[in-house]
Amino acid sequence: MVEELGITTEGDLQINVGPQHPATHGVLHLILTLNGETIKKVEPHLGYIHRSIEKMCESLTYRQFSYVTSRMDYLSSHINNNACALVVEKAMQIEVPERAKVIRVLVDELTRIASHELWWGAMAMDLGAFTPFFHAFRERESINDIMEETCGARLTMNYIVPGGLMQDIHPDFQKRVKHFIQLYKSKIDEYNEMVTGNIIFQNRMKGVGILSAEDAISYGVTGPAARGSGVSCDVRKMYPYEIYDKLDFNEVLETGCDSFARYMVRIREMNESVKIIEQLIDNIPEGDYQAKTKAVLKLPKGEFYQRVETARGELGVYIVSEGGTTPYRIKFRSPGFSNLSALDHMARGSKLGDLVAMMGTLDLVIPDIDR
Amino acid sequence: MQIEELKIKITALFPTVVFEEGTQWLTLNIEPTEWLPLAKQLRNEDALYFDFLTCLTCVDWKTHLTMVYHLDSTKYRHTIVVKVKLDAAKPEIETVSTIWKTAEFHEREVYEMFGVNFLNHPDLRLLILPDGWEGKNPLRKDFEDPINMIRL
Repeated sequence: MVEELGITTEGDLQINVGPQHPATHGVLHLILTLNGETIKKVEPHLGYIHRSIEKMCESLTYRQFSYVTSRMDYLSSHINNNACALVVEKAMQIEVPERAKVIRVLVDELTRIASHELWWGAMAMDLGAFTPFFHAFRERESINDIMEETCGARLTMNYIVPGGLMQDIHPDFQKRVKHFIQLYKSKIDEYNEMVTGNIIFQNRMKGVGILSAEDAISYGVTGPAARGSGVSCDVRKMYPYEIYDKLDFNEVLETGCDSFARYMVRIREMNESVKIIEQLIDNIPEGDYQAKTKAVLKLPKGEFYQRVETARGELGVYIVSEGGTTPYRIKFRSPGFSNLSALDHMARGSKLGDLVAMMGTLDLVIPDIDR
Repeated sequence: MQIEELKIKITALFPTVVFEEGTQWLTLNIEPTEWLPLAKQLRNEDALYFDFLTCLTCVDWKTHLTMVYHLDSTKYRHTIVVKVKLDAAKPEIETVSTIWKTAEFHEREVYEMFGVNFLNHPDLRLLILPDGWEGKNPLRKDFEDPINMIRL
């Protein structure tokens, strides 16, 4: 009887959060062991939307497989596609035209802004503020509209392909991005005024979900979540790809180790992305948008690994090739999966209500975790 | 640290390792029994300091399985790849979740997808697959699912 009520032998209560809970932003299932209101254990149950992308990719060609990756972390689909394109280009030693590289960085950074926007809106909503969600979506819509014009899609872009880009940018692309950036710069201050400075909000974030730098490294946490603990791990700086080594931007680091520090990292990162876009938008070189490649791509025998910085952290693509047209084995090291592994450690000992703030600042995207 | 320096350093610690040529990063092969002591050295030796387990995965080569560990050092910014060959019929290896905590999650994934048994793992259960999938390993090359398999 006791088991049916979800009470363990020690008298702790076990409750289920999800898989259909709004705060999990998708189908994540957490089994919490509670003592009163204190969390003793968090046990994630995954797999509700596991599509086995890795297995699927084994039967897809090197031109096809990046399409599936748009469905992984659907908020960073450009960046996922970029990782796939880079690993194929590295293996086949394809030289990508400068124009394509610049456009790739531009769309990557726009994606990062859009992703952080959605995170910010959803995060504020999790903590009980509904208005920011609409503000965030207003700006995110403008980015989606720009993407729709150029890529033909709003979410699963599939715009970056091995060798360059699917097609050239829309003639209005530069004009619209400049217009957006102009408007957007004042918006970040508005966000800070509306949410960041709010005392209730700060009280709910500060000192919540402490993750020390050592733990962040040990749990393999990357991206803004790790940078909030002062761990320098920006792939764009550490292992530059495309043209990031020639750009002027800062790696955002905070040392608070709590939810508020992780929140601040993302807010400040939006500013850095704006800075990158401003540097490039007027300097897109003329030329081809795609390198000349064979219709059928064949990777040489060997192993190839490429990492990129998505909005959530380090995405690694590991390909084992046997020399054929399809990969023998492919592994996506997704940032969300590793970041989630730290949740149990962060949540132990804190209150049930704080769990939402922790999950929010880890910025979990479930298809990225499940793959 | 440069690749050559790393090579010398690791050979001094473990003379039995076999290095691979022509790879992106320093890649070494080691026997399953020696993996745990090597992992401890890689993590704790001051000059090596591989504190970040970036990627942990497995490759099914039909005749055998290969565990692949990508390790980074946040201090020195060098990377190393360690491969461990396992028997396909009875794949067993020591867990490294005591050294890098993220391995606990990744090893559970490899356990269900490839059927690798991680010895001394604190909580080796299914993570992604639902109950009833014990013993069926979807990412193995010989896995067949008559209903859900999509062939392109």
